[in-house]
Amino acid sequence: MTSAGINVKYVAHLARLALTPEEETKLAAQLGNILGYIEKLRELDVTGVEPTAHAVPMVNITRADEVRESLSHEAALRNAPRQANGLFIVPKIVD
Amino acid sequence: MLNQLTIAELTAKLAKREVSAREATQACLDQIARVDGQIHAFLSFNSADALVQAAAADKEIASGMTLTQKPLLGIPIAIKDVLAVKNQPLNCASKILGNYISPYDATAIEKLKAAGAIVFGRLNMDEFAMGSSTENSAFGLTCNPWDVTRIPGGSSGGSAAAVAADECFASLGTDTGGSIRQPAALCGCVGLKPTYGRISRYGLVAFASSLDQIGPFTKDVRDSATLLGVMSGMDKRDSTSVPEPVPNYAAALDGNIKGLKLGLPKEYMVGGLDPEIKAAVDAAVKQYEKLGAEIVEISLPHTDYAVAVYYIIATAEASANLARFDGIRYGARVDGNDPIELYSKTRGAGFGPEVKRRIILGTYVLSSGYYDAYYLRAQKVRTLIRNDFLKAFETVDAIVTPTTPTAAFKAGEKSGDPLQMYLSDIFTISCNLAGICGVSIPCGFTQNPKLPIGLQLLGKPFGEETMLKLAHAYEQSTAWHKEKPSLKF
Amino acid sequence: MEYEAVIGLETHVQLNTKSKMWCGCANQYGSEPNTNVCPVCLGLPGVLPVPNDEALRKTVLTGYLLNCEIPRFAKFDRKSYFYPDMPKNYQLTQYDKPSTANGFVEFEFNGAGSVNGLARVRITRAHLEEDVGKSTHFDRHSGLDFNRAGVPLMEIVSEPDITSADMAYAYLNALTEILHQGGVSDCDMEKGMVRCDVNISVRPIGTKELGAKIEIKNMNSFSGVRRAAEYEIARQIEVVKCGEKLIQSTRRWDDAAGITEQMRTKEDAHDYRYFPDPDLMPLAPSDAWLAEVKTNVIELPLARKQRFIRDYQLPAGDGEVFKSNVALGNYFEGIAKQSKNPKAMANWIINNLSAKLAEGSSRRESAQTEEFESSQSGLTPAATGMTLADLKFKPEALLELVALVEAKTISNSAAQQVFAEMFESGKAPAIIVQEKGLAQVSDTGAIEKFCDDAIAANPAPVADYKAGKVAALNSLKGQVMKLSKGKANPALVGQILERKLKA
Repeated sequence: MTSAGINVKYVAHLARLALTPEEETKLAAQLGNILGYIEKLRELDVTGVEPTAHAVPMVNITRADEVRESLSHEAALRNAPRQANGLFIVPKIVD
Repeated sequence: MLNQLTIAELTAKLAKREVSAREATQACLDQIARVDGQIHAFLSFNSADALVQAAAADKEIASGMTLTQKPLLGIPIAIKDVLAVKNQPLNCASKILGNYISPYDATAIEKLKAAGAIVFGRLNMDEFAMGSSTENSAFGLTCNPWDVTRIPGGSSGGSAAAVAADECFASLGTDTGGSIRQPAALCGCVGLKPTYGRISRYGLVAFASSLDQIGPFTKDVRDSATLLGVMSGMDKRDSTSVPEPVPNYAAALDGNIKGLKLGLPKEYMVGGLDPEIKAAVDAAVKQYEKLGAEIVEISLPHTDYAVAVYYIIATAEASANLARFDGIRYGARVDGNDPIELYSKTRGAGFGPEVKRRIILGTYVLSSGYYDAYYLRAQKVRTLIRNDFLKAFETVDAIVTPTTPTAAFKAGEKSGDPLQMYLSDIFTISCNLAGICGVSIPCGFTQNPKLPIGLQLLGKPFGEETMLKLAHAYEQSTAWHKEKPSLKF
Repeated sequence: MEYEAVIGLETHVQLNTKSKMWCGCANQYGSEPNTNVCPVCLGLPGVLPVPNDEALRKTVLTGYLLNCEIPRFAKFDRKSYFYPDMPKNYQLTQYDKPSTANGFVEFEFNGAGSVNGLARVRITRAHLEEDVGKSTHFDRHSGLDFNRAGVPLMEIVSEPDITSADMAYAYLNALTEILHQGGVSDCDMEKGMVRCDVNISVRPIGTKELGAKIEIKNMNSFSGVRRAAEYEIARQIEVVKCGEKLIQSTRRWDDAAGITEQMRTKEDAHDYRYFPDPDLMPLAPSDAWLAEVKTNVIELPLARKQRFIRDYQLPAGDGEVFKSNVALGNYFEGIAKQSKNPKAMANWIINNLSAKLAEGSSRRESAQTEEFESSQSGLTPAATGMTLADLKFKPEALLELVALVEAKTISNSAAQQVFAEMFESGKAPAIIVQEKGLAQVSDTGAIEKFCDDAIAANPAPVADYKAGKVAALNSLKGQVMKLSKGKANPALVGQILERKLKA
């Protein structure tokens, strides 16, 4: 279902979110409403205003190239929904 | 009762060996047993582990470990389900994380542990911190201890309720658009959001990376200052944490606020504000004048745009932050014939409606063709909002506002219209956009029913000392913070 | 109507840092799956990235090596797409503010598009991003290993200046030689350290408009790139000649079948939803930092080759050897400056020294293998290659050796013996000559005597020679050498024999 504002089906696909048709319809309406509200930002003149990329302006925050302890192999796989031979297993990837 | 003490009070008793950490912990566990069936602040907790930690704390106290070395030694503190605690479940009140156990501690948690705290429990919240009522939890509602038919606020509803109901001595929450301050106001406790970058976000499951901060829920301002001091500081694992020195926050609470200037933003005291709340805030402002502060009317002209800006930036960042929940490396997987199907089904089944709503909105505003009109524009308006505050802070030391436009509403009352829910964040949201600090303290109650009202103070970037000094002075001149819910269900 | 190809290459190169880009896990190939991983590179809930300073330095260093500008402001962005080898389902990369931009690579090339044996390909940018995990495919499942996830990856984008498959091949080899010698990457193709996306379009010759761009993704061999490009160019030309339209798309190269196949069209293309990463602070390199990085810029291989040829009057072949083998070249240059005959030095180094080193290496390898196999220690043997550092003789000894040959103190064949001994024992050449009595006999009186003896003892070849068989002289020469125990100066022998026989 599409509304004038958002193609919910397309956006849901971008976000890899399975939605029921009811969810799609409901979302389209709610989001249309919210986007309508957000339109008020157009009232403002933002010429010459820099976007705030970071709340606190800092630069060059880096770390030294040093090797640190990794997770143990067991800990790394502990939460795996499916594993075999030390690998995380998924349905076959076909391009 | 032991569990009703503040941290400062408990610490004094522990130091004098009048009580043990074990007794304090047991008192909390007993309280949880008594009331949490009704309040449901806790999603889970491990009594045995808490008592083991308590025993270790008692041993350290006995061997002479002091407060100076470990300011939180023996103090049971409960944790919002969005922070990583090693070997404990981490669910963010969502189904999608399944049986996930965190293999590491968040930096803030490491610091609590290093300070001797007994870190226990997983507190209920809105799923992935998205919400203002905790109604978006996948694991049921949390009730406001003052009236169990009402919500405790959100997204850190469990954290606020647990402290208000004396189920723990303090708790941790997180604040992206008001999620600490608003529930603190609705539940009648003290909730602090530090300046962005004050406390490390490493181990905080990200919602909106440029807005999120961890903060304490406590029974009074002094305890809040103590916790802030323990958790603050630059962290090598968080590039956004700021190398600002950490002062002794508790030492700043000297009660002397003469001559400090408090700004009152004219845009905040307008329609939609509950008359009882307005009256309570007006009275609090008068109290500040009595205490020697000077009240200055200020203007924050872009206030009206904050909610719109927030819902573009926060949802955009969230849409990317939540992409990792895909059932591949962890979480509750729903299988598919190929990875794409696996993703869609896992995420479709695992996320609740509010989370889906925000992911769709966030994905949309970043998508091809819309970036400039929405995200870029919102970041520019954000600059205007931040500049409003920086300008105001040139003339005042802190800003005072109501925390919320209404007291706690009934469960289900606002959940039909997402936009209405978003608009109720109007007083708290700008603070996150500007990256400044904020705290909510109790300043009264509504009548019939008796529900807490919160007063919000906003401070300059890294101006927590002044802000807490002002909060403390008011608090100590009133008795609001000493009132407790009857908890008769 | 004739068509021409327009090719642009995007080359992904793993940087040889010790640790990964955002975390302290080891940047190491060949470990057991999922053993170089941590919460950060696994994309666990709650983690944050912190950039590797060395990766930033190597990226800017690459910029200098490729003649790029270094912008004073750069940042990281999120590039969103879902794929099982992506722990966060967004890749941290540099979208519109990369660390380097607008450079070029110059390399030797003989073919269309070259000028004076050189070709130049402009570089749009070299930016920094992160590598993804590795997948292994089974019957109905795939397995993921995240050891590689988060390894610092540099993407080098060329302008579409490449005009043939051969030029693409030459460009890739030149580029990786620069990066390898420059110390930025080990460029080990077998370990997947270099991968390439090839963008190809065709257009009528003489036109300026670009045709539909078709991308062949994830090539990991340069000869594969050449084969794929050759095929694809021909395929595209065929399509347009038939009057059909080409559409922007992505294709996969099937090396076994020798064809490209369509993967997806423009319509299926990803919407990456780029936005500045909020967890990472921007980069603003200072003058001091840039100056320090610049001190690590090496002489480019091509410039070095040209300089060797020019300054030492070496043939192109020698220049090429010293260009590819930096250590050997440095060794050469160290003594060539003091030599009157750099070409002779070059010969010894390229022909004799290299061979000896190779021989030494394989001897060591067999010895170590034997020892390893018998010890059963389970330890992996260390690298056994013999290098210049292992040489027992000083570089000046070679100068001495060549001087001895030039002074005709020893013959060329004696010199070989001396060199072999130098290699084994490290003794100085003069000492070896003396000890082994290898000094060549140039005393004409002695040689006259040997010649007389040889002529007397070998009437048959003498007769042949006098009868007109010029080649018979060699046999007599051989006899003289035998009589002199190899020490007679061969040139003099020849001269004196000829004189005597003609008399």
